[in-house]
Amino acid sequence: MPIDYLPILVMVVVVIAFAAIALTFSALTGPRRPNPSKLSPYESGMPPFGSARRRISIKYYLTAVLFILFDIEIIFFYPWAVLFRQLQLFGLIEMAVFVIVLLVGYVYIWKKGGFDWD
Amino acid sequence: MDLLNNLFVNLYDWLAGALHALAAGLNLVKDAENAIVAAVMSLVVIVVLLLWLVLMVLVLIWLERKNAARIQDRVGPNRVGPFGLLQPVADTIKMFIKEDIVPTNADRLVHTLAPIVVAAPAVLAFAVIPWGKGMFPVDLNIGVLWVVAVGSIGTIGIFMAGYGSNNKYSLLGGMRAVAQMVSYEVPQVLTIVAIVLMTGSLSLNKIVDAQSGWGGMQWYIFAFPVGPIAFIVYYLSALAEVNRTPFDIPEGESEIVAGHHTEYSGMKWGLFYVGEYFNFFLVCTIAVTLFFGGWQGPLLPPYVWFLIKVYALILLGMWIRMTWPRFRVDQLMGFAWKTLVPIALVNIILAALATPILKAIGLI
Repeated sequence: MPIDYLPILVMVVVVIAFAAIALTFSALTGPRRPNPSKLSPYESGMPPFGSARRRISIKYYLTAVLFILFDIEIIFFYPWAVLFRQLQLFGLIEMAVFVIVLLVGYVYIWKKGGFDWD
Repeated sequence: MDLLNNLFVNLYDWLAGALHALAAGLNLVKDAENAIVAAVMSLVVIVVLLLWLVLMVLVLIWLERKNAARIQDRVGPNRVGPFGLLQPVADTIKMFIKEDIVPTNADRLVHTLAPIVVAAPAVLAFAVIPWGKGMFPVDLNIGVLWVVAVGSIGTIGIFMAGYGSNNKYSLLGGMRAVAQMVSYEVPQVLTIVAIVLMTGSLSLNKIVDAQSGWGGMQWYIFAFPVGPIAFIVYYLSALAEVNRTPFDIPEGESEIVAGHHTEYSGMKWGLFYVGEYFNFFLVCTIAVTLFFGGWQGPLLPPYVWFLIKVYALILLGMWIRMTWPRFRVDQLMGFAWKTLVPIALVNIILAALATPILKAIGLI
């Protein structure tokens, strides 16, 4: 029933309004006396050099890919867990096959050094 | 006693009844009347919930500072109000009268939106928590999924803050935070599967009801061996998820100033701070709901029991924060992928095998 989700919609609106009002109110009550050195990015007191939007380590990309892989696999666990009682032994065997395939990939990533940060 | 137990449920029913009586005067179609009353009631509930959460955060900030002081042999805040209780209120006022700084060349829109994206989803996740008997803002039958899904939006906000600030420390902190939060989300979500499996439902209300028997012995924490393992994996990854010491690499003060919120001031910074405590409170309420029987307990009203359990877990988290040193980054990622993920995976299989046995002896 769509009406069951009405409170969620109201909640999203209220929560975003709360955060936005807090920010707006703070912008109105605070002083506004900018100067160039106050607005420069903080680099421990040194004059900033270069752009902050530089390239980043490939490790972060790899972590993101791993996360997507595992997250999709986790999604398969949830419906299975809910219906486990009805599926009985059939569900258990099916899931065992799934987990074994998952484990083979997991061990492969581990052996390839995918989980090592350095 | 009965009056006290059902205090908030009765208040809700009384207000809804009064609204129905008011709406009946408008001579609307029955469906329209119901929809209007439902909308107004959800508005009331959500405003009350929001105010309650803000109060809880103020208490948490005070508690954290007092606890840190006690552990480090200091006195802590003691000037504003009795026992320094009004210190968080004074801090809030201070944040409001601070200048709002946006650094040069920052991505202005992203920089401004980031605190909202961090703080708002944390509140949304509280919508499905059963705070007491019959006290849940929204009764979703997919409560667990909702909490997991909404709770992970905050990660995007932290990356927005890191990217939008045009600061190297911010970018580094944002990248580290995202890497850590997505890594620890995998064991956290995997370990909940074991609980869902034992209950056979995604509704948080059903999970609490399933733990009602045997005077507390049916709490999932006692469902040996699945429950304790699941709880430890959940609690550790939850601490990492909310970036608290010993998992505070994303904002390690001694390395990268303040991580993603280096360039924030005033209420924008305040929202990050509040969001952090919302998230900490959230993971503790979820842990209580999933493992410690939610609001169930003898004598005292259900909502009081719920708060007692939540604060016990919060104090545990504060104790861990104050007494353990910070992880190194390679140890941190290794701990998530090489230790917690396999334990959680094995625990699911264990849960599948153990559920019929636990069911037979009546432990779940």
